[in-house]
Amino acid sequence: MVKVFMPQSLKEALRIRKEEKAIPFAGGTDLMVKRRRWRGLAPYFEKPVLFLHKVKELTGVKFEEGRIRIGASTTLSEILGNRDIPLILKYAVAEIASPAIRNLATIGGNICNASPAGDTLPPLYVMNARVVLSSFTSKREIKIMDFIKGPGFTDLKEDELLKEIVIPVDFFNIVFYRKVGTRKANSLSKVSFAGVARLDNGIIKDIRISFGAVAPTPLRAPEIEEEIIGKNKRKIIAKIPDILGKYAGIIRPIDDQRSTARYRKTISLKILEYFLKEEIK
Amino acid sequence: MKIRFVLNHKKVEIDVDPLKRLLDVLREDFALKGVKEGCGEGECGACAVLVNGKLMNSCLVPVAQVDGKEVLTVEGYKNTEKYKIIEEAFLEAGAVQCGFCTPGMVMAIEALLSRNPSPEESDVREALSGNLCRCTGYNMIVDAVLLAARRGKGLW
Repeated sequence: MVKVFMPQSLKEALRIRKEEKAIPFAGGTDLMVKRRRWRGLAPYFEKPVLFLHKVKELTGVKFEEGRIRIGASTTLSEILGNRDIPLILKYAVAEIASPAIRNLATIGGNICNASPAGDTLPPLYVMNARVVLSSFTSKREIKIMDFIKGPGFTDLKEDELLKEIVIPVDFFNIVFYRKVGTRKANSLSKVSFAGVARLDNGIIKDIRISFGAVAPTPLRAPEIEEEIIGKNKRKIIAKIPDILGKYAGIIRPIDDQRSTARYRKTISLKILEYFLKEEIK
Repeated sequence: MKIRFVLNHKKVEIDVDPLKRLLDVLREDFALKGVKEGCGEGECGACAVLVNGKLMNSCLVPVAQVDGKEVLTVEGYKNTEKYKIIEEAFLEAGAVQCGFCTPGMVMAIEALLSRNPSPEESDVREALSGNLCRCTGYNMIVDAVLLAARRGKGLW
């Protein structure tokens, strides 16, 4: 049987993480499935397990100085119930799994799993979220786009824990999220799309677009967004074929058990087209 | 590791592998067979219980995570007036066929009604979205919940 730790403070958790190289265990909704064995047998862990549910410093949502700080252990249900959380993130979280899973699963877990289909990621990408990574001796804050490295890979070091997610508060009057799955509840995304924009007197002042499950990491292309900023609705409509063409060049989905590359690419471009044509008005 | 929690209103303590699934602890160590294993991966809700009043799939919860918490299974719920109302509504609406999903459904319904005593149909469907039923086609279960909510006015 492996060693199991249930620390009460972040300091203690970070010490254990450093000394034992323990596997961080937050909500566990993915770990328990990946590591399950026959019924009656405890799931298999090859390294010590570090439970995080009693660590107070990892919980709670704070709103301060134009930023929202979300503790990594905040559950998806808590995110849905919090009035300070930006709408684009709530829209995405509302469509993740089912109520029972949202009561357990944490935002930090969804991020650290780094699944290409992780549904909190496209909203966090468009909000320019940053992650705070703590170790026993240090603390650093980096962009979420730099933290997510590839399917299942992040920049988390062996002695670090994801402490919190920091979201700068920006104003958007267009907030659009779409998930495409096989059924409404408990399905993993074939494609997901997060789009936010600020329209001021008919001119796009800011626009941010991110796709999930169409590349090894969530996709965002600020250089294409730049070309849309400053334009009015009529100019955007005229430019749609060009914008779609540019995204078509960088959307590179795969065939897997959930969907095909062709379907994913077609649908993600259709959703983008809908967003630009119908949601921006 | 010693894990202490409140199970169906009684304090319990158990010396167990802290990684063992709450589902297995409830069924094997406490003989609570109302908690069912369907898929074992959080998709079906047959193993759903309330932990501190929140619906959770006990197949996804290592028992360590309920240390110091309150766990309620259908066995601890079945003697309440609320349960009786749900049971009658299920009978009348024809919401039970094989019955395998029913304990999890009942816990999901308690989780819903304790938060929202007068749900709309869409709230019911959302609240039961993590509970699979392969017999009824769901409509009878949804009817039963709406019926229970009407009859149980003031109880939740």
